Amino acid sequence: MSLPRSDQSGHSDISLGTAFHRLGSPPSVYRLATQLTPWFAWAAVACFGIGLYGALVAAPPDYQQGHAYRIIFVHVPAAWLSMAVYVVFAIAGAVGLIWHIKVGFIVARTSALIGAAYTFLALATGSIWGKPMWGAWWVWDARLTSELVLLLLYLGYLALDSAIDDRRTAGRAGAVLALVGLVNLPIIHYSVEWWNTLHQGATVTKLGAPSIHIDMLVPLLIMAIAFKMHYLTVLMLGVRAGLLKQEKRASWVKTLSPAR
Amino acid sequence: MREFFAMGGYGAYVWSAYFLSAIVLGGTVAFSITNLRTLLRTLSNSQQGPPD
Repeated sequence: MSLPRSDQSGHSDISLGTAFHRLGSPPSVYRLATQLTPWFAWAAVACFGIGLYGALVAAPPDYQQGHAYRIIFVHVPAAWLSMAVYVVFAIAGAVGLIWHIKVGFIVARTSALIGAAYTFLALATGSIWGKPMWGAWWVWDARLTSELVLLLLYLGYLALDSAIDDRRTAGRAGAVLALVGLVNLPIIHYSVEWWNTLHQGATVTKLGAPSIHIDMLVPLLIMAIAFKMHYLTVLMLGVRAGLLKQEKRASWVKTLSPAR
Repeated sequence: MREFFAMGGYGAYVWSAYFLSAIVLGGTVAFSITNLRTLLRTLSNSQQGPPD
């Protein structure tokens, strides 16, 4: 998508902008988020049910790591999501920055909180996995360190966001920080190739066939979908809360029923 | 059943990882729901209460 240029303010540009802003108008976003919440929540419950059965019961033990490898089914989805949520976080911030759509800042703010939770979870479960397999809770290697930097980026954003009173200024400053931090994502992904590391290389997201048995891959992917649905559920709840806080004086908020 | 919880001797590691995940995932959902409910309640109270 290209930005409408000022020297060719054609009719199509204006209508595109209007449609864009209507799509991002607080009442319609609030309504959509409310309608989507139960779908995402039930999808998460279903995927966690099937995924956990596959992860803990159906999948066979690993030939090298025995049952300890089962940590992969929470560790890898958390790590994937910690990075995927960062992409949403940065894009949403950029949307707020470029098109002045405030919902973008709300999505970014909520995503930062969830992203920080996933990053913490990836680091913590990795640490629990590292102790029996590597003999150490933590090593300063490239993969672990770059993931820690990701956590610091999220926390830095949240600190910056809470330090600035004006919501618009906070959103803009945070979006810039988020975009600068994007450079960390390829570093995390390729860290296992670029540096010698204790962390194992990619088993799923690599060229050619994944080096993981299908009975382990299927529950892993279902758990990843479950995490995505969890993210979307929390995102919908957070966007609703963010909109209410921002629009508390607007007329559409006053017509909301207090029960829900 | 005992075998299932033992996880081949790695039970402490496997279950603590899953327990922690449940806390973080459940905690974020609980926090978001409480936050949203509180906001909705304050907003409806401020409308019914004395004018500010």
